[in-house]
Amino acid sequence: MNVFVPGDRVSFSLGGQPGTGTYITERDGMAVLKLDSGYNIGIPPEGCTLLERVEAPRPVTKEVSQDPSLPQLSIISTGGTIASRIDYRTGAVTSQFDAADILRAIPGLRDIARYTTRKISTILSENMTPALWRELARAVFAEIRDGARGVIVTHGTDTMGYSAAALSFMLDTPVPVVFVGSQRSADRPSSDNQMNALCSARVGVSDLSGVFVVMHDTTSDDRCAIHRGTRVRKMHTSRRDAFRTLGAPPLGYVSYPDLEVTLSPGATRRGEEEPALHDRLEERCALVQFYPGMPPESLRSFDSYRGLVISGTGLGHVSSGMVPVIGDLIEGGTMVVMTSQCLHGRVCDRVYDTGRDLLKAGVIEGEDMLPETALVKLMWVLGNAKDGEEARALMQRNLKGEYLPRSLAWETKSRA
Amino acid sequence: MGNEEQGLKAGIEIHQQLNTREKLFCHCPPVLRPFEERNGEFFRYLRATESELGEIDRAAEEEMKNLRRFCYYTYDTTCLVENDEEPPAPLNREALFICLQIAKMCGMTPVPQVHTMRKLVIDGSNTSGFQRTALVAVNGTLPGGVPIETICLEEEAAQRVEGDTFSLDRLGIPLVEITTAPTMRTPEEVAEVARYIGMVLRSTGMVRRGLGTIRQDINISIPGGARVEIKGVQELDLIAEVVRREVQRQRNLLSLRDRLLARGARVDPTIRDVSSLFSKTKSSILKKAPCILAVLLPGFGGLAGEEIQPGRRLGSEFSDYAKKCGVGGIFHTDELPAYGITAEEVEALRNATGAGEGDCVVIVAADARRAECACRQVIRRAGLALAGVPEETRRMEEGGNTSYMRPLPGAARMYPETDVLPVRITGDYWDSIPVPELLEKRAARFAGELGLDPALAWQVVYSEYLPLFEEAVRRGVAPPLAARTILATVKEIARDGLDTGVLLEPQKTPGDPAVLTVLLAVAQGRLAKEAVPQVLRSVCQGTDVTLAIAALETRIDDAQLRAIADRLVQERIAFVREKGQSALGPLMGPMMKEVGGTVDGKKVSQVLRDAIRDALGG
Repeated sequence: MNVFVPGDRVSFSLGGQPGTGTYITERDGMAVLKLDSGYNIGIPPEGCTLLERVEAPRPVTKEVSQDPSLPQLSIISTGGTIASRIDYRTGAVTSQFDAADILRAIPGLRDIARYTTRKISTILSENMTPALWRELARAVFAEIRDGARGVIVTHGTDTMGYSAAALSFMLDTPVPVVFVGSQRSADRPSSDNQMNALCSARVGVSDLSGVFVVMHDTTSDDRCAIHRGTRVRKMHTSRRDAFRTLGAPPLGYVSYPDLEVTLSPGATRRGEEEPALHDRLEERCALVQFYPGMPPESLRSFDSYRGLVISGTGLGHVSSGMVPVIGDLIEGGTMVVMTSQCLHGRVCDRVYDTGRDLLKAGVIEGEDMLPETALVKLMWVLGNAKDGEEARALMQRNLKGEYLPRSLAWETKSRA
Repeated sequence: MGNEEQGLKAGIEIHQQLNTREKLFCHCPPVLRPFEERNGEFFRYLRATESELGEIDRAAEEEMKNLRRFCYYTYDTTCLVENDEEPPAPLNREALFICLQIAKMCGMTPVPQVHTMRKLVIDGSNTSGFQRTALVAVNGTLPGGVPIETICLEEEAAQRVEGDTFSLDRLGIPLVEITTAPTMRTPEEVAEVARYIGMVLRSTGMVRRGLGTIRQDINISIPGGARVEIKGVQELDLIAEVVRREVQRQRNLLSLRDRLLARGARVDPTIRDVSSLFSKTKSSILKKAPCILAVLLPGFGGLAGEEIQPGRRLGSEFSDYAKKCGVGGIFHTDELPAYGITAEEVEALRNATGAGEGDCVVIVAADARRAECACRQVIRRAGLALAGVPEETRRMEEGGNTSYMRPLPGAARMYPETDVLPVRITGDYWDSIPVPELLEKRAARFAGELGLDPALAWQVVYSEYLPLFEEAVRRGVAPPLAARTILATVKEIARDGLDTGVLLEPQKTPGDPAVLTVLLAVAQGRLAKEAVPQVLRSVCQGTDVTLAIAALETRIDDAQLRAIADRLVQERIAFVREKGQSALGPLMGPMMKEVGGTVDGKKVSQVLRDAIRDALGG
């Protein structure tokens, strides 16, 4: 059988008529050819004949000019669809661009700042790990220490909320650290990557400090929202406006295309903190969601863990049959934190018997922390506290805006 | 063949919407909605992207000269897929089936593995910035002999409401695109082939009907000219005229080129700011413009204003190109003084630009950025005039003229739709696809087997109620009565202002449409065919169909009928004796009046004939 490489000019016959095309890839046993009309078709490879092997054209790298009078931003890329391209090996969109490619793809960025770029990984965000969070935190810290006016982290959207929370705890930062991604791949004309990237760069040079997620606020290209890294959650699988701050309004907005930043009074201003890095994490932590009928014994598989976050029902409950097992876990040295799968609202284990029993067993109420944020915080607290007592105290203290001190009557219903 | 069209080569692309239950890449119903029923709006910006070859399509790039904001209307019959907020569903298999049927009718070869592509279209008509399209079959021949190159399955674009506002109800309706080889030589042949393909498509019984559900694009070139694609010709009757006018345009452009070259015409690439010349102008357009720029075209004087199509000049082509930058249009000295611009101002303009007798000056009034962009476009188009006819995609205007839309797109505008898996067309599947009978064959069969008048037979097969007609005939209704009732009687009733919708659609499921129930009553001898219009009218006015039939059902038996006939003959016996059997005609009126249209006319006439014969004989 013929073995072709992408780019080969081949001839074939279809319905008795000869044709020519460019070999693209193999797909389910078929040779995928690009016809001169631009259409791809799949035909049996045995029907194709090599005409010419064409050398792959060298990628054209245009110089990216930068304006030295503008503030310096650092772009750190981890992968994700803000920087993706079609992969002919699988026919799917994968993360391939490095940060320099982003500048070429989004020319408007050059009017906002000058950039240094750095790549720490090219992964899909579901493959993110605490080890990579650590690496990312160190890279961001180094950029801040080297004088970056702000840091932009490009990240796949699936686990962006976790990473933003992790960096919130691991870093004290006097400048904005902005996570950004896109929900529609960068290879399409309607991608949200342009607007999200431009808005994130504007936030990067704005009068803010802290760790944020900047993404579309609505389905229209009208503005991005600035979310606090510890309160943000991906709330839709595919919409542009998937990211929401839960329980409160966002910290601010960036209008588009004029890129005006408006900040809420509660946002922390630039320069209020000395930069610091606390990058230890206890990875033996887990997050489990309770469901009706969950076998209590299943929790015993976590007995070697140092921390466990439970996403309980309602005000923070599990079945009464689970309480003794949880008691055993705590007895054995596992710190257990209760959050709610309602996502909106505060845990309160003092209202019903089960809750009171959980408190008696030593469970820590996670207040209104998001379950995912509670997990990341627990990893950080257990990695940094000198003993259990301090860890317990830290878990109950608002460190990076992960708790809202008061439950506001903010509209919590999901928008249309 | 007329001399005018010597050397013409034309091909057509037919786009036909399919009547599927769902859209091509989502589960929404393919229904068009009145704009006022929208339940939301949103807006987006689009931009050109690189294809996998790293090129930006020239047509797409052209649309990008302006950052454009597109607004979209949503409905309760559209979803996140149309909004470009959710990945597409798998390719609609029903649509693929219909497409393969059409391919088979044209003797085509299916593509073994069908790949859905993204065709870059960033004029706003697709929220994604591309149209999804798949090449399904190749290399066929129409039964009439015209080679068919390809058939593609595509998603329909959103409908333009106005300006940059689009309605998402139409986006995603499946359509087939059939492309012929460029083998047509006359405008009339192009029209005939379009008509024929339309017939082939309708033969499937699975295509949508009505205005806008079928559109033709025409590819035209003449010797020395260039390939031009004309988009969106909706009326078949205009096709020949569009072709004739494009040939005329290309010939005129070639003639202009020859004269321009003979004069030594050229394009001066300098763009001059002439705003100050018009500081006291009376022209309302120039007065409010922040910036007025001018381009000098040496040697173009008099030719920019020359007509190339009825009412369109070379200057109109300049203007089309300039409008891509968001300006309203241009002025050129061949048409001035006019529009409030005085002869003195034109003189000043000529002096300032150094224009001589045979030169032309084009001015553009807008903000500086747009005006400059427009001037560059004019310079580009004027340069193309020196080379002859540019390759273009053009839009049909009223009457059959065309205007410039964008350059012809290249292969760089296609890249794979990675969210849709390829579909394998196996030999077994292809073999299992039935080929529907062509409507022209069916019409001939109806004329032959069913005894329909040939014209009526054509009307029947082209009617959307063909299935209803076939059902009626299958269940014993006389074909002429079924055809006449469904095609003519119902229309007559509608003309009187009655709502005939209740007649043709089943009122409960399962159930027959009222018109079929009535026709069956005639077939069973329960109702006279003369009573059909009256029964149908009564149904339209709200009477239940069973009651409407019962009211006019035949209640006169044969003996009673003969008695009435005998009485009428006796009352007019002198007349009958004088006229003999010719008295039959005059007597039919009073007779039918007596029986009240509840007895079949043929039967009445037979009985009356017998009565007259007996009276004369007795």
